[in-house]
Amino acid sequence: MLIKKKADLTYADITPKTLYMGRRNFLLGLGITGAAVKLYKNLPSVFAASPTGSVPVPLNGVTQSKYTTTGEKITPVEDVTHYNNYYEFGVDKDAPAKNAVNFVTKPWSVSVEGEVAKPRKFTLDEIMHLAPLEERVYRHRCVEAWSIVVPWIGYSLSTILNLVEPTPKAKFVAFQSYYDIKQMPLGPEAGIQLPYVEGLCLDEAMNPLTLLCVGMYGETLPNQDGAPVRMVIPWKYGFKSIKSIVKIKLVSGMPPTTWNLYAPNEYGFYSNVNPKVDHPRWSQAKERRLGEFLRRDTLAFNGYGDFVASMYTGMDLRKWY
Amino acid sequence: MKTLDSILKSKWTKVFLFVLCLAPLGELTWMIFTGGLGPNPINDVEHFTGDWTIRFICITLAVTPLREILRQPQLIRFRRMLGLYAFFYGSLHFTTWFAIDNFFNFHDISKDIVKRPFITVGFTAFVLMIPLAITSTKGMVRRLGYKKWQFIHRAIYITAILAVIHYLWLVKSDKTRPLRYGAVVAVLLLWRVGTWLRDRKKRQAQHARLAREAPSRIETAS
Repeated sequence: MLIKKKADLTYADITPKTLYMGRRNFLLGLGITGAAVKLYKNLPSVFAASPTGSVPVPLNGVTQSKYTTTGEKITPVEDVTHYNNYYEFGVDKDAPAKNAVNFVTKPWSVSVEGEVAKPRKFTLDEIMHLAPLEERVYRHRCVEAWSIVVPWIGYSLSTILNLVEPTPKAKFVAFQSYYDIKQMPLGPEAGIQLPYVEGLCLDEAMNPLTLLCVGMYGETLPNQDGAPVRMVIPWKYGFKSIKSIVKIKLVSGMPPTTWNLYAPNEYGFYSNVNPKVDHPRWSQAKERRLGEFLRRDTLAFNGYGDFVASMYTGMDLRKWY
Repeated sequence: MKTLDSILKSKWTKVFLFVLCLAPLGELTWMIFTGGLGPNPINDVEHFTGDWTIRFICITLAVTPLREILRQPQLIRFRRMLGLYAFFYGSLHFTTWFAIDNFFNFHDISKDIVKRPFITVGFTAFVLMIPLAITSTKGMVRRLGYKKWQFIHRAIYITAILAVIHYLWLVKSDKTRPLRYGAVVAVLLLWRVGTWLRDRKKRQAQHARLAREAPSRIETAS
């Protein structure tokens, strides 16, 4: 029995000499191409002009709040300033840090109006001095199922609301963000209606945890994080914590909120953090804490139930999502 | 065009293309090791690998139209490699989600596949690529016979459509990117519908012509 085995190598398998001799050139060519592509991608930043927008300045005399959260590792400021949902400055997470560099936030005023006895405008300077500034470490949970821990600076919103004296007709607080197509040319591509609006029930707005925020990490707010003044409502999904506030209005009916206008079956008015109520398209049971490898279990009310759960007793939180 | 022909036929063109298709993986590896991925790297890797999966699906689907439009039948030599690269990046995309994002949590993963429509379609799109990858070799074409093989490999049309839907259903508000891919896939599939209709018309015309000519030929033969 003659078992014929195919020859291992034939003349056809021999690499042509020219190609063999040129292999190093080939690798060099690859390397040069790669470097050229990298340079081309980075060229725009080489020629960019210096930013002309507002920059954070240190805040002095800030005390630790009794409402600060303990036992959590604070997210590095680098992450919190380069991973933002601020669609007025672009829809990618790294876009606001790049595109908000020329955002000017001086002069700034916030109008507090509506169902109040003493409506008025506050300048940013006045807002900074209405009450002692406190530092509050809060967990911040995005509806996209990622979270961070941020040392915010400000004071309870109730301070300013009490100053303007809401009338008995006031049942809700409506907020409105700054929007100017000149400073925010990417606004029309955001997909959501602008200016950004949000709202809270009056008791939610008066809750001591609800923070009128003017700074973070010991400084005033960076542009991409909602300079110069924003809300932080730690037991709700992050999109409720409206940025760059220009108007606060006390109203008698439930006010419109931007994400609810965009997709009413996905984003409710309350949007309390709730691992038992999923977003229609993804689960809310777990979250990715930035910097951690394994996903964590999401906590009801983002772990602030002790302070806020009493506002919702008897409410079907699946219905009132 | 003799040089273009010999370039397309050269073994080294295939090698060059093989290496070129690894460039996205190279870029990703570079970004991972130089900290170029942002604060949420796992998400970034999922998006990057997902983008390249749908790109390679489109590139693979473009081979047949380009063969005809550019009159370069030799382009067929690259189709299998491009298709397998689509499967490769799809596997990276799926593995990142399965093994890293969810860390083998079978309970959460199976719940997601069943309950989250965008994951259901994405998972289906990926699973449909598996028999295509397995039957990609010349030996398989021979074993199955061209007709059966062709039938199996038409599943790429479904994968392409599901991939677009997967992308569309996962974005929050900015639908421009998935819709762009949708437009590309639509053009690539409509081209096939168009040529099928055109070839059907040609076949029908051929049959009609033969039916007309045949009687006269029989007459002259006798």
